[in-house]
Amino acid sequence: MNHFLIAPVVLPALVAPFIIMVVRHHMDLTRIFSLASTVLLLAISLVLAAQASTGEIQVYELGNWSAPFGIVLVLDRLSALMVLLTSVLALIINLYVIGSGWDKRGANFHALFQFQLMGIIGAFLTGDAFNLFVFFEVLLIASYGLMIHSGGTRRFQAGVQYVVYNLLGSTLFLFALGTLYSVTGTLNMADLAVRVAEIQAEDTALLRVGAVMLLLVFAIKAAVIPLHFWLPASYANAPLPVAALFAIMTKVGAYAILRMYTLVFGPDLAITEGLAGAWLMPAALMTLMIGAIGILGSYRIGRLVAFGAITSMGTLLTAIALFSPEGVAAALYYTLHSTLAAAFLFLVADLVAQRQGIEITAQRLMPQSGLIAVLFFTGAIAMAGMPPLSGFLGKLLVLDAARDHDLVWWIWGTILIGSLITILGMARAGSLLFWKSHSITEPPSAEVSAPYEEEANEQDETAVRSGPAALPFVACFALLSGLILLTIFAGPASHYAEATAAQLFEPEIYIKAVLGKVIP
Amino acid sequence: MTFLNIEFLVASAVGLLTAAGIYLILRRRTFPVILGLSLLTYGVNIFLFASGRLMVNAPPILNKYAEVPYTDPLPQALVLTAIVISFGMTAVVVMIALAAYLSARDDKIDMPHHPEDEGEDA
Repeated sequence: MNHFLIAPVVLPALVAPFIIMVVRHHMDLTRIFSLASTVLLLAISLVLAAQASTGEIQVYELGNWSAPFGIVLVLDRLSALMVLLTSVLALIINLYVIGSGWDKRGANFHALFQFQLMGIIGAFLTGDAFNLFVFFEVLLIASYGLMIHSGGTRRFQAGVQYVVYNLLGSTLFLFALGTLYSVTGTLNMADLAVRVAEIQAEDTALLRVGAVMLLLVFAIKAAVIPLHFWLPASYANAPLPVAALFAIMTKVGAYAILRMYTLVFGPDLAITEGLAGAWLMPAALMTLMIGAIGILGSYRIGRLVAFGAITSMGTLLTAIALFSPEGVAAALYYTLHSTLAAAFLFLVADLVAQRQGIEITAQRLMPQSGLIAVLFFTGAIAMAGMPPLSGFLGKLLVLDAARDHDLVWWIWGTILIGSLITILGMARAGSLLFWKSHSITEPPSAEVSAPYEEEANEQDETAVRSGPAALPFVACFALLSGLILLTIFAGPASHYAEATAAQLFEPEIYIKAVLGKVIP
Repeated sequence: MTFLNIEFLVASAVGLLTAAGIYLILRRRTFPVILGLSLLTYGVNIFLFASGRLMVNAPPILNKYAEVPYTDPLPQALVLTAIVISFGMTAVVVMIALAAYLSARDDKIDMPHHPEDEGEDA
């Protein structure tokens, strides 16, 4: 048994309490340990990705209890890819947070950050449905703390909404798991797959209820219309670097949909036939459209990027809802791109918000306006899916994969019109922020900035700039170079995505690896 | 009185708790919403407990010497985890709601709009 497999979960789980209990009062030590942990995490996930790229599925049995009696962690291509993406993002955001001094504006940022990483990575690795619930809760409870980091009235109020919505999601998750358990008597995903396939079609009423409830839960996490209401307010009011980390959290929902509905309720399964096509596809297209319209209508920079994240979730889920190997491969490539792009734009939005506040209005020219304008421009191109960046290739792959689908015209139309609206919205925001500012010379009128004066003062007092001022830009350029690398090496990346999709559509190998037996 | 068996009682308890919980989370102030969440979690805990079938006076242990009735131990472990998690989550939401109340002097669950927010959709 390869003990290396559990290292990415154990490492943050050990570092976080260490930071709280031992080095809490030394900001420099906290930062060093947090950064060292994320660097180590990246190294571990690179090794794991290299191991998984051979195509072998590794299983780690916790406490040496064999499945389905114990909990298993499973490493296949998909998990390795998502873990790698998480640790890359974590390192970059950690750099940004240290550089911009966000971690000094409230207590225990780095400990919560590590717990959040533990939850996300655990959710990607686990092979047990109830364990998935537990890791969801770990990542959620850390995200509650991160979301209200550094406080403020609006942030607390948005925090209450966020927590309540997600607690409801958790309750629904438990109902779904209870229903599945009462029918099948197991919660191990591989074992579930075997049992679900064996059940007679006329005895599956409860099972179908469970499958739909589970889809709803994951749709809440992935912010699918009409379950997206938690996302704009909470992402826009969270500290924006935290929102950049949350860009991977919606992907956890998409990952869970992909995992459960290829493995347990596979596309060939008669009892859940039509679930993906009839429900997920229209919902995903609606999500895309509402997100694009939201971008056009946003007047605060946080909301702008939050709706951008919703748009990309719409595109991603459209590709997943095709449930063909080509669609899933396109979805995986687009996941890599959209996570990096959304995080990048959130960081750029934070650069803007730190300089002139959260409103998208023409104000006096901000410091380093030219550089930030270039970054925003590239980020907007990536988000909208224009050439030359990887978003264009990702959308092209999605369009290509949808060619044989029944709803092909709907899909093509929605994605293309959605992209157009996104470009319009981004162009409007960018020209207000960076071009119109050139023509304004007098200070902003008092009544416009009055409601935020209080918050701005608060931030000025606490924003102790101790990190090197260049570090935030280093983080932004790191994300940008990630996007460029993804464009240059689009060939190898999409080959890996195709291999991953092929592995997902052969659940027998996964089941054999976990249960150690061949199913009939 | 054959319908007053344990299945009926447990099922109606789950239904009542869930219905009351859903009613309360649709309220406008934070306190009833948190109460509603608690009721919902009680409901789901009982539901989880019942998902391994209801047995009375049976140990959760297999007996290898005789065929005696036993109850499924797994839902008991699951429900224990769920209780601990929901307890912790309720504590967190109470603290955040308290912070929001003290900061805004208002315990409404919807975000109050600033004057210039007129026409905002969410």
